[in-house]
Amino acid sequence: MQKRVTFRNLWLPYLLLAPQVIITFIFFLWPASQALFQSLLVEDPFGLRSEFVWFDNFKELFADPLYLDSMLITAVFSISTTLLALSSGLLFAVLANRAVKGAAIYKGALLWPYAVAPAVAGVLWLFLFSPANGIVALALRAVGYEWNHVLNGGEAMLLVVIAAAWKQIAYNFLFFLAGLQMIPKSVLEAAAIDGARPFMRFWTIVFPLLTPTTFFLLVVNVVYAFFDTFGIIHAVTSGGPAGATNILVYKVYADGFVGLDLGGSAAQSVVLMVIVVALTVVQFRYLERRVQY
Amino acid sequence: MVENRPWLTYTTHGILILGLIVISFPIYIAFVASTHEVEDLIATVQPWFGGALIENYLTVLQSGKQTAGGVPVSTMMFNSLIMALGIMVGKISISIISAYAIVYFRFPLRMFFFWIIFLKLMLPVEVRILPTYKVVVDLGLLNTYAGLTLPLIASATATFLFRQFFLTVPDELAEAARVYGAGPIRFFVTILLPLSRTNIAALAVILFIYGWNQYLWPLLITTDANMTTVVMGIQRMLFVADSIPEWNLTMATAILAMLPPVVVVLVMQRQFVKGLVDTEK
Repeated sequence: MQKRVTFRNLWLPYLLLAPQVIITFIFFLWPASQALFQSLLVEDPFGLRSEFVWFDNFKELFADPLYLDSMLITAVFSISTTLLALSSGLLFAVLANRAVKGAAIYKGALLWPYAVAPAVAGVLWLFLFSPANGIVALALRAVGYEWNHVLNGGEAMLLVVIAAAWKQIAYNFLFFLAGLQMIPKSVLEAAAIDGARPFMRFWTIVFPLLTPTTFFLLVVNVVYAFFDTFGIIHAVTSGGPAGATNILVYKVYADGFVGLDLGGSAAQSVVLMVIVVALTVVQFRYLERRVQY
Repeated sequence: MVENRPWLTYTTHGILILGLIVISFPIYIAFVASTHEVEDLIATVQPWFGGALIENYLTVLQSGKQTAGGVPVSTMMFNSLIMALGIMVGKISISIISAYAIVYFRFPLRMFFFWIIFLKLMLPVEVRILPTYKVVVDLGLLNTYAGLTLPLIASATATFLFRQFFLTVPDELAEAARVYGAGPIRFFVTILLPLSRTNIAALAVILFIYGWNQYLWPLLITTDANMTTVVMGIQRMLFVADSIPEWNLTMATAILAMLPPVVVVLVMQRQFVKGLVDTEK
């Protein structure tokens, strides 16, 4: 994976690489190793005294019902968001692919939520569902349902899932559309000539051919739900009510920055690191098979 | 499609339009709300625009929301702009030269550096917040633009993008450059850089949006209210203790916070799409 023609120069490549490597070292590798190290310590909040405790932090973590709760909540949250965002994205992509007229307009109009920050998306949906004066909340009250996500954990979860998925639909839509457009028309025409109706054509031909795209999007969506949604939780529910939306990444922040439990938060960070690495490895190993240089 | 089924076409457009409405709904409501007085929004829903558009936006831009510390949104937007531009320019510059070094030079430790950069892919900011925060504090970068941008500048995805692109550039160009006696820097500036224009544009769009929408990191390292960015500043407006949540002002801020990235996406849609597709493959 190198060019046949290269330049011979002793110091230039190092100079070129220097900024990136220095920053990576100072702001990534060093802190990451610190996090690993800190997870093996118990410190007081002021960092004055620390004690090496091997894996006690981890043992405590996995025995802590709050942490296990958080894992469950994160799982529920990511699965719901991913399912909602993927299916809506696929639906819109299939439809937009079919619509000959106005395809460009639909594409432009469905794409822009990607540009909205997750926290802002959260604020928008918070306003819609605000128990006192949100339009959706009031509409629900008009049919007899009292919506109050500040008190009801399930409703809070629903709210953040909707806000998170809303934003992500655009991304999935884009990739599904690109994937759909790569399917050769001849295959579909052959199927139609053989008598397959559109619905059947979709499930037996199009969907299987979309598997690489679907898998790729699955990983991306899960990573998004795990990490990028911090803003939504922080802005909308602060992990509440009573920990109902306390996803793992939020818990790291809450325990470390607000609760000042340095060792425990570092241990949680390490667990998250392991998850990210696993997901990244899966993504790369799968993609490497498809990408040729 | 393949056969002519008008009924299916109507359904297709119907659902798409419905989808459009649902997706745009929050924005519409937010915008409408931002044009009203505070009293209009308590316990009622406003279906149409009010008359306080200019007034609300001016208030918010000039003096912010009183109960949230009174930081003018214009200050926050400026901070966001510096941060976004800083991240965008920073990431692109250091990634392109790193990719150039890795692809076009043979030197010891080449693969080692490659893997170091690759490692970074696996560490989003969220998994190392405390230690990175400590590093920034130790360097005295709290509440500074440098602190806001530097930790986010190193980028594995941008480096890989450029690397992938450089690998497709024909060798003949580099050969010709050497024949003409052009050094590596000359080659880079006069040949490689212009060739990379579309990739740079695509990345610029994605990175601007990424930089503008940063939330967790600005939240952690800005304790001075005047350094807050607009995307994270909104959160402060939501949690008011005793007074009426002034939804009209909050929504005005939300619209303002959304505006630059959305405008960029709409105006540069093609580059945006290219950027998204390239950075993930």
